[in-house]
Amino acid sequence: MKQLISVLVENQSGVLSKISGLFARRGFNIDSLAVGVTEDKTVSRITMLADSGNSVAEQMEKQLNKLVPVIKVRTFEENEVVSKELALIKVSATNKNRGEIRDIVDMMHTRIIDMSTSTVTIEICDSPEKIDILQDMMRPFGIKEVARTGVVSLQKGSLNI
Amino acid sequence: MMTGAQALAKGLEEHNVDIIFGYPGATIAPFYNELAKNRDKITHILVREEQNAAHMASGYARVSGEVGVCVVTSGPGATNLITGIATAYMDSIPIVAITGQVPKDQLGRDVFQEIDITGACAPFIKHSYLVKEASDIPRIMREAFYIASTGRPGPVLIDVPSDVQNQTFKYTDPGRVNIRGYKPTTQGNPKQISKVAKQICAAKRPLICAGGGVFGANAAAELRKLSRKGNIPVVTTMMGLSTLPTDDPLNVGMIGMHGHKPANYALNHADVLIIVGARVGDRAVQAPGKVEETTVTIHIDIDPAEIGKNMSATIPLVGDVRHILKKLVDEEINPDSEYWVSELRQMVREDRAKEIPPREGTIGPKGFMRKLGAQLDEDAYVVADVGQNQIWAGKYISVRKGRFLTSGGLGTMGYSLPAAIGVKFAYPDKQTICVCGDGSFQMSMNELSTMVENGKDIKIVLFNNNKLGMVNELQKKGYSEGPFGVQMPGIPDFCKLADAFGIKSRRISDESEIDDAIKEMLSTEGGFILECVIDPDESTMAQ
Repeated sequence: MKQLISVLVENQSGVLSKISGLFARRGFNIDSLAVGVTEDKTVSRITMLADSGNSVAEQMEKQLNKLVPVIKVRTFEENEVVSKELALIKVSATNKNRGEIRDIVDMMHTRIIDMSTSTVTIEICDSPEKIDILQDMMRPFGIKEVARTGVVSLQKGSLNI
Repeated sequence: MMTGAQALAKGLEEHNVDIIFGYPGATIAPFYNELAKNRDKITHILVREEQNAAHMASGYARVSGEVGVCVVTSGPGATNLITGIATAYMDSIPIVAITGQVPKDQLGRDVFQEIDITGACAPFIKHSYLVKEASDIPRIMREAFYIASTGRPGPVLIDVPSDVQNQTFKYTDPGRVNIRGYKPTTQGNPKQISKVAKQICAAKRPLICAGGGVFGANAAAELRKLSRKGNIPVVTTMMGLSTLPTDDPLNVGMIGMHGHKPANYALNHADVLIIVGARVGDRAVQAPGKVEETTVTIHIDIDPAEIGKNMSATIPLVGDVRHILKKLVDEEINPDSEYWVSELRQMVREDRAKEIPPREGTIGPKGFMRKLGAQLDEDAYVVADVGQNQIWAGKYISVRKGRFLTSGGLGTMGYSLPAAIGVKFAYPDKQTICVCGDGSFQMSMNELSTMVENGKDIKIVLFNNNKLGMVNELQKKGYSEGPFGVQMPGIPDFCKLADAFGIKSRRISDESEIDDAIKEMLSTEGGFILECVIDPDESTMAQ
């Protein structure tokens, strides 16, 4: 089961390496990781998506809490949060098939943000699953490059961690 | 105005540090200059290799209850310290290590004696600082001592570039420590505590398993009280040895692959198991899955991450072990354990009464340990190294009011001599025995020089079998090629070596000499090496 781990940490150098190092040496696998500063400049939020059982998630949370620069940790089920991920996808395009690509882009309510004679670059901000679908749809045209930010999430409603 | 180096010294003074184990070098020279100015207040002990500075600080911390402090230079000084830090981390010993670092503007350029020591230590350190501004040092010193000594104790590293040590700043008091990401839970949940009390009362075969965390929380007295009040037998891990006297009627012994039979029997047959300050490592409990199937497990620990890590707990109880045990003693604790206790006591009696067959032409280490235990001061400290000697010392030396110390978690060979020196600095008048093998002794025998220089009368029991006995045993039992790479025909004549250091010594190889030799060792003034020639095929397994 996919679990979202939201971690508030001191915004200091070296903190991310402490966290990623912890995951590596304890054998915790993460699918994605996004970091950014929060409304409080001294605090950063790390959002991680991990595919793990409950007991592993519990150990992850406990081990993260042991790190001194970690302020708060919460694990969420996917339905407890709103999540978005941003992806940029550069696809091969010719005069012949550019229209076809545009149709798919329109159908997925997303947009083209850059183009050249041989490529288009698509921006999508959606759930990881939707991004996967778009990637699948673009594969036949020839994907040249993909950049994904990893999921960021906040709890639904007025709650915060 | 104040310099970074002065702020470091002030931080030590604030925490009443009067001894520091170290090894100087270029990048830590500004701080050494400050140490020189403070020589009347802080004694600096020059070690012979940096790792041992950490081990001495560890030995000092374990018996004094204070934070042990060590200081080394950057680069190789810092990397040599690493094993000492890891050893302290695995055994949860509070030490603060200060390392010099190359100047700030040279960081990351791989200049002479530069190493990323905070990065290197990250997996096995409680917390570390790379200081960028001297004005942060007053706060960092307070935080470091606070983090090292509270919650689950452990090592903290402060890496200080040499220019930061020289940097001047206007001192302002950093105030009380307040770290938003570090608020250890100390009070046990009262509801959980009464739940635990009820569970114990319902038990027919209750058992306490005491680990090193009992010492970390200074809770041995409370643990003994709980055991006595509830008539609950106690087993210990190796780190928990000497929580209660060996002869305490409720002490069933040490569990684990090298433990006492009755203790392992008790662990496998208890109906309610109260684990106190132990991580349930593989060496202590080989099949935690089996135990949790048949037993109600109560796990008391200051570190929430220990609970459920190696064994699932029926009732988790997070908090300071001493506080929780005190509260438990106040509850009604009266399980009907009479039959269970008498069954275990009978087993212990039989186990201890077993004759250890005499050896011909060598010293039987097990019998030797029994005889040593009988002659030791009531409150002696025994520091055992790692290998066969550790098992023999842990299993066969009877401890009364003293302590048994060893590197239980990391299993660091060479720990015993430097740790014993640290112990001696904390308690100069207490009898301190260092037990080691020829392998482990050679890993830190350079510290004999530190021992002699400081007039520390440590009694060293050295089992000599001309090989690495523990590995020899393992290879014989489990590998097709048998023993390999364990012979040490080139070892020195240890008595001559002792002589070179100006220490008295004696070599024995006949069991009839044991009592007299122990007596001579204990009554001789100053350090002493008692070399016991043992059979190379002597095993650690039970009789």
